[in-house]
Amino acid sequence: MDDISNLKESYLSLIEASSSEGEVEKIRLDALGKKGEITTRMRELGTMPSDKRRVMGPILNDLKESINQAIGVRKDELLRVTLDNRLKSEWLDISRPARETYEGTIHPISQVTEEVITIFADLGFEVADGPQIESDYYNFDALNIPLDHPARQEFDTFYISGDSDENKPLNVLRTHTSPVQIRHMEKVKGPCKIIAPGRVFRSDYDQTHTPMFHQVEGLAVGKSVSMGNLKWVLEEFCRAFFEVNSIELRFRSSHFPFTEPSAEVDIRCSWVENQLKIGEGSDWMEILGSGMVHPNVLNAVGIDPEVYQGFAFGLGIDRIAMLKYGIPDLRTFFDSDIRWLKHFGFSVGDFPSIHAGISR
Amino acid sequence: MKFTISWLKEHLETDAPTDQILSALTDLGLEVEGTNNPLENLSAFTVGQIIEAEQHPNADRLKVCRVNTNKGEKQIICGAPNARAGIKVVVAHPGDYIPGLGKKIKVGNIRGVESLGMMCSERELMLSDEHEGIIELSVDAEVGCRYVDQAAGLEIVVDIAVTPNRPDALAVRGIARDLAARGLGTLKQNKPVKTVGNFESPISVHLDKSVTNEACPLFVGRYFRDVKNVESPKWLREKLIAIGLRPISALVDITNFITYDLGRPLHVFDADKLAGVLLIRKAKVNEKIVALDGEDYNLKAEDTVITSGGVVESIGGIIGGLKTGCSLETTNVFLESAFFSSSSIAKTGRRLKINSDARYRFERGVDPRFTEPGIDVATKLILDICGGEVSEVVKAGKLSKSKERIIFRSERVESLIGLKIPTSRQLEILKQLGFSAQKQDNNSYFIEVPSWRPDIHGEADLIEEIIRVTSLTKLNGSPMTEETVGSKPPILTPAQKRVSFLRRKIAAYGLNECISYSFIDEKSAKYFSSETAVVKLLNPISSEMSHMRPSLLPSLCSAAKRNQARSFKNLKLFEIGEIFFGGGPGQQRVNAAGLLLGDYSERNAFKNERSVDVFDAKQIVLGALKDVGVATEKLLLKRDNLPSFMHPGRSGIFSIGHKNPIAIFGELHPSLVDFYDLKGATVVFEILVDSIPFPKKKRLARTSIRMSEFQPVERDFAFVVPADFEVDAIKKAVEFTDKNLISEVRLFDVFEGDEAEIQLGANKKSVAFMVKLQSEDTTFTDGDIDAIGAKIITSVFELTGGVLRS
Repeated sequence: MDDISNLKESYLSLIEASSSEGEVEKIRLDALGKKGEITTRMRELGTMPSDKRRVMGPILNDLKESINQAIGVRKDELLRVTLDNRLKSEWLDISRPARETYEGTIHPISQVTEEVITIFADLGFEVADGPQIESDYYNFDALNIPLDHPARQEFDTFYISGDSDENKPLNVLRTHTSPVQIRHMEKVKGPCKIIAPGRVFRSDYDQTHTPMFHQVEGLAVGKSVSMGNLKWVLEEFCRAFFEVNSIELRFRSSHFPFTEPSAEVDIRCSWVENQLKIGEGSDWMEILGSGMVHPNVLNAVGIDPEVYQGFAFGLGIDRIAMLKYGIPDLRTFFDSDIRWLKHFGFSVGDFPSIHAGISR
Repeated sequence: MKFTISWLKEHLETDAPTDQILSALTDLGLEVEGTNNPLENLSAFTVGQIIEAEQHPNADRLKVCRVNTNKGEKQIICGAPNARAGIKVVVAHPGDYIPGLGKKIKVGNIRGVESLGMMCSERELMLSDEHEGIIELSVDAEVGCRYVDQAAGLEIVVDIAVTPNRPDALAVRGIARDLAARGLGTLKQNKPVKTVGNFESPISVHLDKSVTNEACPLFVGRYFRDVKNVESPKWLREKLIAIGLRPISALVDITNFITYDLGRPLHVFDADKLAGVLLIRKAKVNEKIVALDGEDYNLKAEDTVITSGGVVESIGGIIGGLKTGCSLETTNVFLESAFFSSSSIAKTGRRLKINSDARYRFERGVDPRFTEPGIDVATKLILDICGGEVSEVVKAGKLSKSKERIIFRSERVESLIGLKIPTSRQLEILKQLGFSAQKQDNNSYFIEVPSWRPDIHGEADLIEEIIRVTSLTKLNGSPMTEETVGSKPPILTPAQKRVSFLRRKIAAYGLNECISYSFIDEKSAKYFSSETAVVKLLNPISSEMSHMRPSLLPSLCSAAKRNQARSFKNLKLFEIGEIFFGGGPGQQRVNAAGLLLGDYSERNAFKNERSVDVFDAKQIVLGALKDVGVATEKLLLKRDNLPSFMHPGRSGIFSIGHKNPIAIFGELHPSLVDFYDLKGATVVFEILVDSIPFPKKKRLARTSIRMSEFQPVERDFAFVVPADFEVDAIKKAVEFTDKNLISEVRLFDVFEGDEAEIQLGANKKSVAFMVKLQSEDTTFTDGDIDAIGAKIITSVFELTGGVLRS
């Protein structure tokens, strides 16, 4: 019996002292392998007389069990150590910069144009397009601005050269998006609700003017479209666009040749520490021009002003982009400075929507 | 248009505070652009009195003054010749802002003597140009009081923006009329007094047939003799100075005053310099005049001129001639009041670029019926100020009788505006503005338009007047009724939707969207124009912006150049916008273009740096096209007919069939890389968005998908082929070998160049493909795979003569 317990002690201490999985396996083979010491002893059981075997059997089985268990425990321990060591060796400086993805950006003008479209679409307006090089007729005459109208000079018009025919006036770069109104009404000859965003051009370049900028034209024609409707549409638009709970608009009489009556529209705001807040405060800021479509304009497109009436407005996209997103200088919009594009540009995933919000 | 409040009150009886007047003006459509309130600017200044003025010890022209001020006695050094003991002066203390100097004054030390303040001249207070001496206040001025409380004639100057439809508001009286209609006072009676002449005018007036019909239907004049063209009286000078006009002489000042006061431009000739009869006619070609502004003008047949003895003495309604202008020596005067039509004035004024007060008013429309009263008003002022005798009035031509009459239905106000205003109030407003109404039937009126409102032609104009005077601030928003109920259909057209899609798709490849000017310089326009015609602006803002762009690429190249100059070398830019292929409406199309330059990624620790190349552009183009419904696998890649701005060996055109190119991509031609001074190979693409056909029908159901249960097998093949053989053809040949079993062919290596030719032979390269085999119904045996392999090798050999690389 002593030799069994000695055997057990010696294996257990060997297992205890082992320092690698290989070593443990070798001990297992030495003890429990086909030719292992304990296996050999167990094999000898067969040759033993039955009474002795009855005693030795359970003892050897216990021994085998104990050794097996010790080996299992030791193996697990060693595995854990190995893993610990591996994990230690696999330490990585994760403070290193992440891999860069090169995300592009959407220009604020494009983004804001989409915002504007989203809101007006919800109000039932469609989007109309028109040419940027326009005939004198569409840019002026049809809009009730005849050749000698003093208003013509206020547009700082760019003319396209090369038209040799003296009787035909030169084509122009459209000075406003209003010609799109004319083209659209000529086509539909009746009720419509459209906006027309796009580039417009005026020969003016200083701190606050660029020779190209962006407007969105609005037009609604119907049998009972009133100036009160105009105010409502603009109020709805401004509230949604500037993303405030309430806004206040102030209509102020003005003059545009293609609307009668005409109104400049101011929005209530405050400037606190150079920060603009829309909808509160005691300042008013002019944001757009509007009015009821002039009967001469309706006549020009073949719509009977005795049957139909409508409103029109024109809004500077660049300007409302500057106001909403705090972009200081109009000229920087068209300079394509990569720093500016990345800073003020919008993420590819920023889709304006009514259900999720006009901006992120 | 500038005026002062007191001037306004000469026409308007009112107690309304200034603030209320200003906000009413803006609300009426006469937008107050600014006010200059000397009362505010000058409130710090106080009255002082010089007790003693001694010669400065170290400066001949300076005096050391002891001055009694609100802060006690101060020592002030002064250089004014009139600085002397006893006079009352305007004192500024150290720290006070002097508007005429544009700065605050400090304690000074002038040649060793301390100066604790300043005594001001009119110029220093911006009251006038007067700087000969300091202001001397009246002896009654109380020392220590605010200067503004003592000063006479200081008042608020208002500057309003007058829209082109309101020539009547280019006169103080017209402004007063609007305010009276608003209820801010009553318009004062102002009936010009007629003065009977006591001799026949030695100068007669004749209108030529060329002008009577349109350009100048009425010309009235009058001769004055023995006048003294003195300096204008103070009240007149102060008025003109206040609104920024320089007083010249009484005769000239009177005409300027009447222009601003009543909106009636007048002209005074020095009668002794006229030859006799005045003939008003159209100019002859190449007639000339030296005008009052000292400039020479060449005239054309469209110009209306006033001639005397065959010589042009004035450009009618625009500017007088220098020779016959009035000076202080003038003793005999011919006064002109004429009516010139706006279109004729506009043409001449625009061509000659003369911006005079007369042109400004005639162009917008002067009251034709005030032509003769204008003479009366001027006559009285001239006789009062300059003395002398006046002749009978001479007159040529006449005005047409008809006044504008409009049918007006009062209920239209509510239906157009959405605001209820009682008919009686509507008519009251119109009456206040000078309209007269005659009832036609229930709620319908004949309205006669006053002669000073050339802008009023129809009912809508009357409605505007009514709502303008009522105030648009009373307007409430009222919801629009919606025609469609429930979920709305999309409103973007397919073309609009596609552009918005492309924008985000291209940006997703890491490109930053730019918006550039649509006009570029001439050289760029020519380099990038495939057509011979370039679209040129007649009046460009600069030579850098003289031509409409035929492509988006020059804008991007210029942007890249600017960014590189700022040391930003790695650029990925794109723009979607209109380009122009002709100078007419509609000769434009939408393109989407990109430019890549420098390294694909910034330097980093992952060692994956590389330069951008053609295949980046190709990737973006194919990705974008696929997203907007182009079957990119069916596109032709063409290398002929490349535009000259592209690198001939490193560019291609994607085309649908042979006739419809829809995109170009590749490297920019090296000579243009040099032209734009770009550092490095410049990779560009341009998608001709409008050339992409729309799918015939929107297809929602996807095609079926086949997902085999069996293991795919991958085999690699490397072929040695001629160096200039395009790899795409080889790839296609492999794919076509067995379309059922070959599910993918992927080029994974190209070995070419000198080293390759040493190993493989002259003009050879090696191309290696991974071929993936996938069966729907079986697992491949080695035999199957070998058989397909053999077929692939044969196909490639037949196409290229190339063999498997050993």
